[in-house]
Amino acid sequence: MTTFNSLLAGTLAFAGLAVPAFAAECPIKVGVLHSLSGTMAISETTLKDTMLMLVEQQNAKGGLLGCELEAVVVDPASDWPLFAEKARELLSVHEVDVIFGNWTSVSRKSVLPVVEELNGLLFYPVQYEGEESSKNVFYTGAAPNQQAIPATDYFLEELGVEKFALLGTDYVYPRTTNNILESYLQSKGIAEDDIFVNYTPFGHSDWSKIVADVVALGADGKKVGVISTINGDANIGFYKELAAAGISADDIPVIAFSVGEEELSGLDTANLVGHLAAWNYFQSAESEANTDFIEAWKAKMGDERVTNDPMEAHYIGFNMWVNAVTAAETTDVDAVRAKMYGQEFPNLTGGTAVMLPNHHLAKPVLIGEIQSDGQFDIVSQTAEVPGDAWTDFLPESALLTSDWKDLNCGMYNTETETCVQTLSNY
Amino acid sequence: MKYLYVAVLALALTSTFVRAQEAPTQMILQEQAPLIMENSRRTVAPAIAAVSDSGLPQAQDVLQAWQAKNLWQRSADGLFFRATKTEQNDYALYDFDSGEIVGTALSSDLEQIKPNSGIRALIGSALVRFQLQDPDPKRRRAALTSVQRNPGEDLLAPLRESLAAEPDPEILALKQRAERLLTMAYDADEDRRIAAVSQMAGDLGVDVRATLNPMLSTRQAVFAGPPPEALNIAETLVPGETIETSEAYDILVAADLAPPRVTAAQIRNALAQHIEGGTVGGVPVHRLDDPDMRLQAYAALAELGDVPPAPGPVQIAQTLAAHSFVEVYVEPSTRVTDAASEALDTIALTVGANQAVDLILDGLSLTSIYFLAAIGLAITFGVMGVINMAHGEFIMMGAYTGYVVQQIVPNHTASILLAIPLAFAVTFAAGVLMERLVIRWLYNRPLETLLATFGVSIALQQLAKNIFGTQARPLTSPEWLDGAWAINDVVAISYIRIAIFVLAGFFLCVYLFIMRRTRLGLETRAVTQNPRMAASMGINLNKVNMLTFGLGSGIAGVAGVAIGLFAKVTSELGSDYIVQSFMTVVVGGVGNIWGTLAGAAMIGFLQKGIEWFNPSNTLAAQTFMIVFIIMFIQFRPRGIIALKGRAAGD
Amino acid sequence: MQRAYQGRNRSTVIFLVLLAVFTLTVTVLSEGVGNGMISTSFVKTLGKTLCLALVAISMDLVWGYAGILSLGHFAFFGLGGYMVGMWLMYERTREIVATSLADAPIPPTAQEVSDAVANQIFGVVGSAEFPLIWAFADSLAAQLLLVVLVPGVLAGVFGWLAFRSRVAGVYLSILTQAMTLALSLYLFQNDNGLRGNNGLSGLQNIPGLADVPQALVSVWFFWGAAFALGAGYLLAVWVVSGKFGSVLRGIRDDEARVRFLGYPVETYKLVLFTGTACLAGIAGALYYPQAGIINPAELAPIASIYLAVWVAIGGRGRLYGAVIGAGLVSLVSSWFTGGQAPDVPLGFYTIKWVDWWLVVLGLSFVMVTLFAPKGIGGLFDLLERRIAPDRHGADLGPDQGALREKEASE
Repeated sequence: MTTFNSLLAGTLAFAGLAVPAFAAECPIKVGVLHSLSGTMAISETTLKDTMLMLVEQQNAKGGLLGCELEAVVVDPASDWPLFAEKARELLSVHEVDVIFGNWTSVSRKSVLPVVEELNGLLFYPVQYEGEESSKNVFYTGAAPNQQAIPATDYFLEELGVEKFALLGTDYVYPRTTNNILESYLQSKGIAEDDIFVNYTPFGHSDWSKIVADVVALGADGKKVGVISTINGDANIGFYKELAAAGISADDIPVIAFSVGEEELSGLDTANLVGHLAAWNYFQSAESEANTDFIEAWKAKMGDERVTNDPMEAHYIGFNMWVNAVTAAETTDVDAVRAKMYGQEFPNLTGGTAVMLPNHHLAKPVLIGEIQSDGQFDIVSQTAEVPGDAWTDFLPESALLTSDWKDLNCGMYNTETETCVQTLSNY
Repeated sequence: MKYLYVAVLALALTSTFVRAQEAPTQMILQEQAPLIMENSRRTVAPAIAAVSDSGLPQAQDVLQAWQAKNLWQRSADGLFFRATKTEQNDYALYDFDSGEIVGTALSSDLEQIKPNSGIRALIGSALVRFQLQDPDPKRRRAALTSVQRNPGEDLLAPLRESLAAEPDPEILALKQRAERLLTMAYDADEDRRIAAVSQMAGDLGVDVRATLNPMLSTRQAVFAGPPPEALNIAETLVPGETIETSEAYDILVAADLAPPRVTAAQIRNALAQHIEGGTVGGVPVHRLDDPDMRLQAYAALAELGDVPPAPGPVQIAQTLAAHSFVEVYVEPSTRVTDAASEALDTIALTVGANQAVDLILDGLSLTSIYFLAAIGLAITFGVMGVINMAHGEFIMMGAYTGYVVQQIVPNHTASILLAIPLAFAVTFAAGVLMERLVIRWLYNRPLETLLATFGVSIALQQLAKNIFGTQARPLTSPEWLDGAWAINDVVAISYIRIAIFVLAGFFLCVYLFIMRRTRLGLETRAVTQNPRMAASMGINLNKVNMLTFGLGSGIAGVAGVAIGLFAKVTSELGSDYIVQSFMTVVVGGVGNIWGTLAGAAMIGFLQKGIEWFNPSNTLAAQTFMIVFIIMFIQFRPRGIIALKGRAAGD
Repeated sequence: MQRAYQGRNRSTVIFLVLLAVFTLTVTVLSEGVGNGMISTSFVKTLGKTLCLALVAISMDLVWGYAGILSLGHFAFFGLGGYMVGMWLMYERTREIVATSLADAPIPPTAQEVSDAVANQIFGVVGSAEFPLIWAFADSLAAQLLLVVLVPGVLAGVFGWLAFRSRVAGVYLSILTQAMTLALSLYLFQNDNGLRGNNGLSGLQNIPGLADVPQALVSVWFFWGAAFALGAGYLLAVWVVSGKFGSVLRGIRDDEARVRFLGYPVETYKLVLFTGTACLAGIAGALYYPQAGIINPAELAPIASIYLAVWVAIGGRGRLYGAVIGAGLVSLVSSWFTGGQAPDVPLGFYTIKWVDWWLVVLGLSFVMVTLFAPKGIGGLFDLLERRIAPDRHGADLGPDQGALREKEASE
């Protein structure tokens, strides 16, 4: 027995030698920082499962740099300060090589100082308000110009909307997006009086007055469209009221930025057919990669589960990270970061996503009409749109640009040609 | 490149397979194929016009198929067909010209043309003149909807033509209305327009206002000196009074009538470019952190001619005074604009009155929701004095009961009728259980009850999450509750809200009946007033408390079904209502159901009222409502309707 | 009476000694100054727990000693955090802006600096103008004063109105809860200049200490929190020991009798309510720089209920009870929700603590209220063989906040 053991040890040692010298410490740890309890669990648990599935698939392919990947899952419990604490724990106690996580903007703002201080690497998979570019964060979700602006263009050009109701939940994403849109619409010749803005609390349920206000907008003979950044549960009451008021998508179309396949599963969509959503991904996209992805997901989680946009963002982000690590031959953050720029990976919707030096992706923008089965019928798909960290449609940020590759600065003032700051403002 | 290829292919196809004489429709479609395939509202109009103006008998069919997403292109040869799915899961292709099936194809060999709703509307407008006299009344209605959505000058003539032959009186009325509106907007004859305007004045329809308002659209214009006489001027703008001076100056700059202002940032940049040996325009650089010094330096530079001079306030005022700013009607005829604005003023008054009515309806609806959520609490807290923090979770339990019932009984009407008593039963049982296990040990300790029931509340909420997940669950109302009761285009209320109102009224009656007309009510009142005396009169305290608490909880469960129907079913449903419910009871006055009703009305109307003042921020409305309630309680601690005398208990 | 006083003194001494030993142990084991056995994130957790213990003491003073079940003390805690957060955020941003503008060819005007700072803090959501509430944000001294003043004034005005109208018992609880809700909704609004839902973030980066590693900063804050807790404890002991404390207990058990004896009951209540609000504000000001971010969700009504529950579980009416309750429940909670607790396989079902912990916690409130009104602190009474007075089931007084027979000790 002893001889066997020593033999085994010897073989292992030999095998260890055979592994190329550049191999990182095994196993390579992937931190997963998504809320598994609390209010955000509803959305984030799905992403945790996505990450586990991706890690599993990568291990089945033989791991990375000759190492097994190990997912380290923690639960920040939808508690924003806890996100910072757990991120610190992941980076300094578990010593993970990369973190995939966060959903809300406030949780990202909470984590930012920690990943910047400890030089970690975070992949953030959700569409967000932009106006940020951190050296240590890759934003795989949509920036406003990859979701809001094309959707507004669609309203203006394809639907001929002349009067806008911007309805949103009162937090930073809708606020910023609506600010950008207001300024964008005015640049497109829409008068200030033709833009109606309303903010409601999280989980708002009494929508009668607001829906009536929107209908009344039609009184001056202009076609009205609603751009909705309403978040989460509140959408259910909103769409129910919309249906009750008998507003068809042909009269007043509604385009939503936060309503995907998951959210529709809590609703009877028969009365909502034709209303729209804008994302970078829909489950109904036709491509081979997407079919495989959906199949793997359903096999793991059950047939009734749907896929959505942030899942695709994690899919792209994870695979790009794997390729960058392979190219860098190490998991060292700075080396991987250097290899991330220009990384390409096929989208699930067809085409190729490219990682830009401003840490955003170039991705196509899709617009879908809601169908009675809770899926989206894709009515418009653009070419890849490069994500813009600092929007061009607000005077303060139009001057700014982000380039971590050549300028090594996330907030570069192109007018004075100076770097405003290298750390983020959180 | 791709389109070029398609075009060449289409040409090739037309010359070989498709002969214009045999297949004129296909020929037109092939000619327009690039535009059709581009599928964009911006470019598609010529293609639609080509089909509708072709004069072919098939034009209507093609457009209808296109609009209904029934137009398919065969990938192999680029020909267009109408296609329907067959039982074998492939598609039968109908040729437009012959109207016959010319073959079948798999969906992978076909491409469906999916016009977006903008294109569908364009097609709809093109279809109007075909459909206005269509034998199918549905199509005639569709045509009228199209007219309503996209009114246009060219629709007036076909609409008038179709009036005479319209057999259906209802559609005829719609057509006449549409004709009036089009006349107002587009008729060439001024008198007829004014007649139509005065005819429609006082009508509340959104469409009337939507026609009148564009007639009064204006543009800003600026003139050196007084404006020309011939213009139809809506308003003369006076800088500093009816228009901001800065705005007025910007108009001048935009019209190239004045030099642009120089912004602080431009000054800074200009100064930075002209630093010479540590000074700019004679001012040392280190002193430029003072805005006045910057202006001085800039003025010095301007004198040297290095930078454009900045117009000073005096210069700006002079330039403004030399110009006149006016709002000019786009419509040249003064008579038409006068008539239209008069009509709009009349309508505005009626609209205002109706909006007030609508606001009252909204307030009533919110009142009934708050009342329904609080009526259970009015029993457990108001009558028994038990602080039940788990009240919200009983509401949630009721909503989930409704959801579960709907999973088992698919018929929506039957399931709701079943869910209401079942929700009552479930929460009644839960209430009795909680009363027996927890509350009865703490009857004279309300603060401890608060904490213990809070514990129950978070446990129940988490249990709901474990069982049903965190995802919101659908609870769908029966079809007869879909839609809204629309009195006119301004005043409308959804049927589901009316149902909640009725339900709230019903439970008010139930409460009054039980408390005033039944033995249980008598005993409850006795127990709450003086438990010892009641016990010595032979009343079973335990039983009365248990039943009363169960009743309160049961009503909360029914409220849950109602709230789930109009909003959402999640595990956090209850916590959204708990603070408001307590405030409703406290504001109204504890121990009196009319007080609870008054409290609900006050909170509901207050919130809607504040929302009306500030329609863009609903959150602010809620905040101010709560602050107002806090202040109210400070000055009237016993609520709106305070119990007096012995009933007050202490 | 003499014995009780000694007993209280003894518990104070024991508490302070334990606190000192604990502080020393953590210091020695910390990453910043010790051998690194305790990670920085755990030092932060412990430091935050000490702050929670401090706010629990203030809660115990109002509820355990004066019978006012305030469901607003966590709001005061949050306000303290907001006040210190404003300075931290302003100053840190100003440093960044100053460095960046120093390279400009032309020295910036005061207005330009202020605009740039505002633009950084509020981003595109706010205007470039600083809202009025930020008037003192450039001064550390002023903001530290506001840490005490803002909660104090709010509590003072609210308490004056409420106590004057004789709002008491559960009505006061509901009213304080409404106040907390209104405050958190107010802070939620972006228009009000405190960055809405995002709140104030990056608070762990102390201006001027950019080069000091967080490992060290965390230990400093830990010391600060330990000192504040010790001092706060002593202050609380002093308050409840003398005549003031006796009157408070009298108000708790039978307010009417105390009033008839000629004491200005409202003044006593108001002073205590305001004072504990200030104490809560100080605790919050120490807590949030360790947490790193404060946002309106921190002030949600549920947080204040939890605060009351901590005190109840620790044992109300005894100061060390509050400390034990706050420390134990918050640490155990974070252990269970952190995914570190092992799952319990039952064969047919696996209990995952992430899912079931709240159920257990909720039921344990019920159990403590029903069966162990003395809370964990009651264990010490068992040790000392102190027994509850025999009052035949009657409470100590007629008021809603009065101690129960089983809660009291001789």
